[in-house]
Amino acid sequence: MEELTTTRMNEMIDPILHIWGWEIPVYLFLGGLVAGFMIISGYFTLKGHHKHDYFSSFYLPHVSLAMLSLGMFALFLDLEHKLYVWRLYTTFQITSPMSWGAWILLLVYPALLLNTLVSIPEAFSNRIHLFDKFSEKINRHPYLIKNIGILNMILGAVLGMYTGVLLSGLGARPLWNSSMLWILFLTSGLSAAAAFVHLVTTDHIERVLSAKADNAFLIFELLLFALFIVGMLSSTEAHQNGIHLILTGPYAAVFWVFVIGTGIIIPLIIQLLAVNHKINHTPIAPIMVITGGLLLRFVIVYAGQISHWTRL
Amino acid sequence: MARLVMVIDTKKCVGCMDCVVACKTENHVPEGFNRDWITEAAKGKFPNVNLEIRSERCNHCENPPCVYCCPTGASHIHNYGGVILVDHDVCIGCKACIASCPYDARFIHPEGYVDKCTFCIHRVEKGMDPACVSVCPTHCMYFGDLDDPNSKVSRLLNERKNHALIPEAGTKPHIYYLT
Repeated sequence: MEELTTTRMNEMIDPILHIWGWEIPVYLFLGGLVAGFMIISGYFTLKGHHKHDYFSSFYLPHVSLAMLSLGMFALFLDLEHKLYVWRLYTTFQITSPMSWGAWILLLVYPALLLNTLVSIPEAFSNRIHLFDKFSEKINRHPYLIKNIGILNMILGAVLGMYTGVLLSGLGARPLWNSSMLWILFLTSGLSAAAAFVHLVTTDHIERVLSAKADNAFLIFELLLFALFIVGMLSSTEAHQNGIHLILTGPYAAVFWVFVIGTGIIIPLIIQLLAVNHKINHTPIAPIMVITGGLLLRFVIVYAGQISHWTRL
Repeated sequence: MARLVMVIDTKKCVGCMDCVVACKTENHVPEGFNRDWITEAAKGKFPNVNLEIRSERCNHCENPPCVYCCPTGASHIHNYGGVILVDHDVCIGCKACIASCPYDARFIHPEGYVDKCTFCIHRVEKGMDPACVSVCPTHCMYFGDLDDPNSKVSRLLNERKNHALIPEAGTKPHIYYLT
């Protein structure tokens, strides 16, 4: 028998750690989604597709700005000492993933803004003279457009990785303490971003392209999940207990049904049939993928907080 | 630099919670929160049962993950004794340090910043013991410099069998329990 009793009953800490509510999973999801948006729209810009009327070129950078701001607002809501948030930008702590994230986000905004200026949609043109002027200047230099595409792709990848590293750097929570988390979250972000384009675009070529890309991301994500789980199961007892929280424990139902089942496998089958012309493209599959991506963050953040080292 | 550690004799500790009350009084710890607490760890099968009573708090680790993950530098290693402190006016309340602590020793103070044991640094710098150590009725708690081979804590750790909490987390905690 092993039994541990304690007189401590600190709020949010006991009986189980629950310091991060809905705000952090939403922030991580939106961060990953924007990372995917940046990689996709950066790729379109790099390849010169901004001359065509693709959603990824014209609107995705704008949507990214809105989503990222929403994510940062969620992060702000989570802070307990809100008035001191400016302290993030008075220092750079090299060992802190959160400090890296704060500065990365500061670089992401101008990169996104530059991408919006590559091709201003008609609805936004001739509104702000400065933006139109910049857009004209950028369009006079094709090499600049390519560099903006590359910059967005690189910063998007860094942002997506950061959303995973933020958790995996916290060694006290065995479920998060995996070197697979950064690539899992990056791939999930890419998958959700491709699903979003698939969902909203009106262009047939772009829809097929995004569905095909999403299928590849979903297959890769399944592989990453397998590696993540195997890695955890072959690690210490604390890591094994951590992964069992989502495999067989209190988060198993959400994980298997909504993250793996309706979040990856079912939409993958639907989209494979759609790209092979067996059925028509349906908005249901991308909605499932996006919902699965969001719930993945909830499951990992919530279960990770419960996971802990053996205390006896 | 001194290396301040606490040594707690589990053979003497009776779990009376005087240390808990002393800490709350000394540091004005708000109602419903604790910087230190009592843990009872029972192991084994009758008749071979072992019960260890421990007074626990922040372990003031030598390899502190809470300091490394802090995005603002609010969590820091104090220049006296390697004590881990939180600068309340720099803390943004992101809670990363709470998530990074394997001992769950930190909490959010009702005013929004992260709070935890300070080893009563305000007393220690004046040459006094932390409040919990000074009130212990069984004298089961010892406080001192591990870098001084003649200190009581150094001698106790050399003479008695001891353990730290969750050593596998690699944080090199500065609280030792004599068994």
